[in-house]
Amino acid sequence: MKHIRSHVLVCGGTGCASSGSKKVMDVLREELEQKGLAPEVKLVETGCHGFCEMGPIMIIYPEGTFYCRVQPEDVAEIVDVHIYKGRIVNRLLYREPISHERIPNFEHMQFYKKQMRRILKNCGHINPEVIEEYIAAGGYAALGKALTEMNREQVVDEVKKSGLRGRGGAGFPTGLKWEFAKNAPGNQKYVVCNADEGDPGAFMDRSVLEGDPHRVLEGMAVCGYAMGASEGYIYCRAEYPLAIKRLNIAIKQAMDMGLLGDKIFGTDFSFHIKVKEGAGAFVCGEETALLASIEGKRGMPRPRPPFPAVSGLWGKPTNINNVETFANVPDIIVDGAAVYAAVGTEKSKGTKVFALTGKINNTGLAEVPMGISMREIIYEIGGGIPDNKKFKAVQIGGPSGGCLPEELLDLKIDYESLTAAGAMMGSGGLVVMDETTCMVDVARFFLNFTKSESCGKCTPCREGTKRMLEILTRITEGEGRDGDIELLESMAKTIKAASLCGLGQTAPNPVLSTLRYFRHEYEAHIKDKKCPAGACSKLSGYLITELCKGCGLCKKVCPVEAISGEIKGQHVIDQVKCIKCGACMAKCPFKAIIKG
Amino acid sequence: METKETQGCCCGGNKDRFAKVDEILAHYKGVKGALIPVLQEAQNAYGFLPKDIISRIAQTLKIPVSQVYGVVTFYSQFHLNPRGRNIIRVCQGTACHVRGAKAVLKALEDELRIAPGQTTTDERFTLETVACLGACGLAPVLMINDDTHGRLTPETVCKLLDRYQ
Ligand SMILES: Cc1cc2nc3c(=O)[nH]c(=O)nc-3n(C[C@H](O)[C@H](O)[C@H](O)COP(=O)(O)O)c2cc1C
Ligand code: FES
Repeated sequence: MKHIRSHVLVCGGTGCASSGSKKVMDVLREELEQKGLAPEVKLVETGCHGFCEMGPIMIIYPEGTFYCRVQPEDVAEIVDVHIYKGRIVNRLLYREPISHERIPNFEHMQFYKKQMRRILKNCGHINPEVIEEYIAAGGYAALGKALTEMNREQVVDEVKKSGLRGRGGAGFPTGLKWEFAKNAPGNQKYVVCNADEGDPGAFMDRSVLEGDPHRVLEGMAVCGYAMGASEGYIYCRAEYPLAIKRLNIAIKQAMDMGLLGDKIFGTDFSFHIKVKEGAGAFVCGEETALLASIEGKRGMPRPRPPFPAVSGLWGKPTNINNVETFANVPDIIVDGAAVYAAVGTEKSKGTKVFALTGKINNTGLAEVPMGISMREIIYEIGGGIPDNKKFKAVQIGGPSGGCLPEELLDLKIDYESLTAAGAMMGSGGLVVMDETTCMVDVARFFLNFTKSESCGKCTPCREGTKRMLEILTRITEGEGRDGDIELLESMAKTIKAASLCGLGQTAPNPVLSTLRYFRHEYEAHIKDKKCPAGACSKLSGYLITELCKGCGLCKKVCPVEAISGEIKGQHVIDQVKCIKCGACMAKCPFKAIIKG
Repeated sequence: METKETQGCCCGGNKDRFAKVDEILAHYKGVKGALIPVLQEAQNAYGFLPKDIISRIAQTLKIPVSQVYGVVTFYSQFHLNPRGRNIIRVCQGTACHVRGAKAVLKALEDELRIAPGQTTTDERFTLETVACLGACGLAPVLMINDDTHGRLTPETVCKLLDRYQ
């Protein structure tokens, strides 16, 4: 028998691939060949570890050593020192942002220690393009159990008892939805997986699809069995080419093994899955718009009822769930609802994957039990705010969500608490903002997004978002007027009440939540014509103070040649040319450049 | 390579021109909801969606041209005009926004002297913005063709362009 003494796992997810992991893989393969180590060292390309910031990531087993930002030039040293001599290459280890300690094993890193990885369990640890690895990790046991030991009612019951709620945003109880679809009359029914992941700042669905695609297929098949559907569709956004490729590979492998297709496990249950590629429209994440898009039409939402469970795809009963929702299902079936529901809060069970981004040290994916506090996520897992800046707010729930201030950092996160605080779980994107982020600009940013993505079918959303955006834009440009805040509030109310779909109904949330917690910033823009964060370019600019030593670094780094001055002489910024990128301030070794 | 004589008539005089779209249409014969995948593949084959190709698709699928046009203009992925050899998609999503995506976009606009949605006169680049590429961990991010590039600054972004001719 071949003796493998080391497994080298290199991440091949989108994040690491863009940092150059493919090249690292190639160089490593060559190096191992050359040194004659190829038969003893197994090279595995995995999915995403969720720590894209540190990519390309390499983990070497059996030690579990975690190397980050590995470049092709580092490969020879890793082979020589680690694989040959069994010592650790210290300089490539992860360094904690607060203690500056170097951590060899990923299980000891703050980023992973606090997490509870259920859905992401396999991500980064198996090769997503090899079905056997998923099976070896316990995969397809849930489908087997459901098909051979449980009847359809029992499956629905188990999901109901687990307390699982939809991870696509609104948090509707999944078991209940399955029951509606199961009880709806009709021979032809459909299962649809929503992989449109449109919220900017969210990438958990992408990582699951890239890192563990079979988990989603298995969840869909269990759902198909429970509700009596023989066909499934995955609607995946076109911006995710790697996810689409891996899904197609996974479907083919599962078909070849008889885990999908006709008469699965020798039972009467047949289930086929097709991947549908989106065409670039945020509103297609909304379920009725998504179904219209699969049918080949403009992706416009329609009023509900009838709900998809009664009349969905091509008018047939359809159950639609998010990627992460389906990914929860295998564990519920295998371990049972009780084990699953032991984690979480009273009304929100299980774990949730959050995407941590923005002004935070550890950007990446964090899977945590429901009920954890924002502070734990941001400071313990996320490692705090970079550059000694002060935390200002965390945006959660994308364009339908809101911004939470520092006072709410200890809030226990679940569906209810977030809604009460004026935000919403949404897909789970957390964008951290520091003192240099302007909250009015953030509100304007989201309104600009919803305005562009409004499908135009209903007037409150089409016209309302446009008018709100105009007001916000003029506020950020120093043209705000008395009464603008009240006008925004009254428009927000109307748009929320009168819009046709969730897009319009939630579009004002970013404005309302920033008004609720950061009203003083709005007032400063309108009354004092000042942007306290120094972010709105019309209301602020960069200045070089007399601390300037005339080193010329700022002049060199300025992308638009707005800075002039002689070496050793005072430099000045041409305010007309300046694009306020801040590159000069970041570069200045004497802290001579200020914002004001 | 696609050339500029794309607005030709659709009377069937140009058989070769329709060979590719006909093959795509044949592949989707009888498939429900085929319109969007057909348009996607046709755009891949022709670089964009010329008028005559749209008519051909409408005819074969027995869908009114107006309806096909409605679908084409609804989705941001479809294009009615020729585009550059390289497509730059700069992310303006939330995570990228708070990490300086605006300055990155501005640097590109200045370097290429075009605004988002436009193509350089030599047809080397088309500049577009997107709302999130799902690589927020590396913000600010852009995609050139199928390559994702992250951790950009206004200075590093322009250096990337040399690789794409
Ligand atoms: C404007 C809008 C965009 C949405 N985008 C998504 C999305 O990208 N992904 C998703 O799973 N759900 C999205 N949803 C929610 C879906 O409509 C639907 O509720 C969800 O897919 C149901 O799945 P779940 O019960 O598993 O959460 C969106 C809703 C609205 C109103
Ligand atoms: S916000 Fe830019 S990649 Fe997500």
